[in-house]
Amino acid sequence: MRGLRLVPRAQPSRAMLFIAPLLAVLLTLIVGLGVFAWLGQNPLRAFRVFFIDPVSDMSGFSELLLKASPLCLIALGLAIGFRASIWNIGAEGQMYMGGIFATGLAIRFHDHGGAWLLPAMVVAGALGGMFWASITAALRAQFHANEILVSLMLTYVADLVVKYLVFGPWQDPQGNNFPITVQFSDDALFPLFASWGWGAFEGTRLNASVFLTVAAIPLAWLFMERSFLGFQLQVTGLAPGAARYAGFPEKRMIWLALLISGAAAGLAGVSEVAGPIGQLNDRWQPLYGFTAIIVAALGRMHAVGIVLASLLMALLYLGGEAVQITLQLPKALSQVFQGLLLMFLLGCDVLVNYRIARRVAA
Amino acid sequence: MIESLTPLLASAVALAMPLILAALGELVVERSGVLNLGLEGMMLLGALASFVAVSHGGGLAPAALAAMLAGAAAALCFGFVTLTLQANQVAAGLSLTILGAGVSAFLGRQYVGFRAPASFEELPIPLLSKIPLIGPALFTMNLLAYLTLVLLAATAWFLYRTRAGLALRSIGESPVVARSLGLRVNRVRYAAVAFGGAMAGLAGCYYAVAQFKMWQEGLTSGNGWIALALVVFATWRPLRVAIGALLFGGVSAFGLYLQAIGVHVSTFALASLPYLATVLVLVIISSDQNMIRRHAPASLGKPFHDDS
Repeated sequence: MRGLRLVPRAQPSRAMLFIAPLLAVLLTLIVGLGVFAWLGQNPLRAFRVFFIDPVSDMSGFSELLLKASPLCLIALGLAIGFRASIWNIGAEGQMYMGGIFATGLAIRFHDHGGAWLLPAMVVAGALGGMFWASITAALRAQFHANEILVSLMLTYVADLVVKYLVFGPWQDPQGNNFPITVQFSDDALFPLFASWGWGAFEGTRLNASVFLTVAAIPLAWLFMERSFLGFQLQVTGLAPGAARYAGFPEKRMIWLALLISGAAAGLAGVSEVAGPIGQLNDRWQPLYGFTAIIVAALGRMHAVGIVLASLLMALLYLGGEAVQITLQLPKALSQVFQGLLLMFLLGCDVLVNYRIARRVAA
Repeated sequence: MIESLTPLLASAVALAMPLILAALGELVVERSGVLNLGLEGMMLLGALASFVAVSHGGGLAPAALAAMLAGAAAALCFGFVTLTLQANQVAAGLSLTILGAGVSAFLGRQYVGFRAPASFEELPIPLLSKIPLIGPALFTMNLLAYLTLVLLAATAWFLYRTRAGLALRSIGESPVVARSLGLRVNRVRYAAVAFGGAMAGLAGCYYAVAQFKMWQEGLTSGNGWIALALVVFATWRPLRVAIGALLFGGVSAFGLYLQAIGVHVSTFALASLPYLATVLVLVIISSDQNMIRRHAPASLGKPFHDDS
């Protein structure tokens, strides 16, 4: 490094904006292969098990969508806040709260549901996420309390609320004392693609909750790229001074950013409890809320980029599970790769604003 | 009254020590103008490193050293990405947290479920430990806790009584001015970041080899984040970190105490106390924006391209 130095570019490089994420993925892959080799695995075989096999059939592909969908949904919400430099990193807790609100309805109306139940749960889930995020918003807007720390602390609290409920009042009386709620009735579950007679999805767990994400993508894009509010948020993040001068209400920006990301995380919570899990239990800790931060960063806070990044991150989740089953490697590997990917991305981003030049001897 | 207060105070002090270690390190980092949110990740790496060292018969001193090295190494990765490569410090800190949690869970899997063969045990100081109330709390601690108090005094002395401490603080206020005075901004910041990592690692060692005497995934359970909040609570001053940490230790200890004397409280409510206390404290301290503005290092978290 001695002979090299960084020279600021006159303008950020647009090409590097696209190349840096690819470079980060490539670097993560190289390190990944090295880790596999170090663990005594044939790197190419491990690579295939991790990245190719999980999506080589329809069932794997639908699992990919099932994981990518909540990641994408949460990341879209987070990106809106991150653009305004409002760092909600408690999406995990807001997701739990969405799951809790929806579960409340599902349990209350377990025996007398109807077609209205699922839509009501979706609304309740969004409200749950917004409720949890609104605490952070209120404390930040009124008392300037740091939203990073508050939202993260509330995630630990939300986790404890889930545990309290499934070990206590909401525990399934017929559940042999396991910390689980009852299995939701059909009215409280998203219908499976397979149940519509779509032959290709026979035997897969893919369900209608992905349509929430499909609907959110264009909405988020419109909001971020084409609406005045989205513009105000972005200016608040890029140039707080200019935003103040233009009279953009700062408090409203804080509320908006947190409520939107909270609602998105809450919806992701519903799509989990009323989807593949079908109940609330104490082991539901998918960490989607944290992974979504990486998704938003990797996707460049842009709707299209986030869709692609969420698919990649979902693949990391599936790959982690696959190497655990096939090669008996620990599942924590996918978290290692996630962290590496973000670290590499942040490092590669230097190329957007700087170019590397040879140091001239003084 | 004293009989019931004695164990309460003693456990408050014991719970406060690792928070002091981690928060002191972060305080020095932030005083140099760098915000490293990766405390939790560095603490986990330090905890695992010390547990591995002690499990392989390394003894206590090598365990502490391994923890500090692991924490500092992780911190230097963060330093390279943020100081040399100019990355966003918030995002880099988060990725350090994720990475530290992942790497420690991954490497530590075969150490889960074992007890540490050696650990930091309580060393009562003769005579002093017989003082009622504070004797059992302050003079019957483990070696790591005594070391914490020494480091607390040393950090305060370094920041306010040495030229190097003054240089570090001035870099945190204005790197541009400091640089024009001939200070090597990035070199000092690298040193501060490494120190912060070593202290976080030592805090992890406290959890693994003194408090819990074992390793498990996510052993530090959010205490890294609480330490970050403590730095704000202390308005970036070392001695106030200790006061804040004692308050936090007191809140947690009080919960345990209530349970011990048979008051019926939900364990989940008790477990959430430190997190809720953190939020409350942040709200109280942050509501006076002028005080925060007066005390926060002016360049905190802002990138600075030091091309020297």
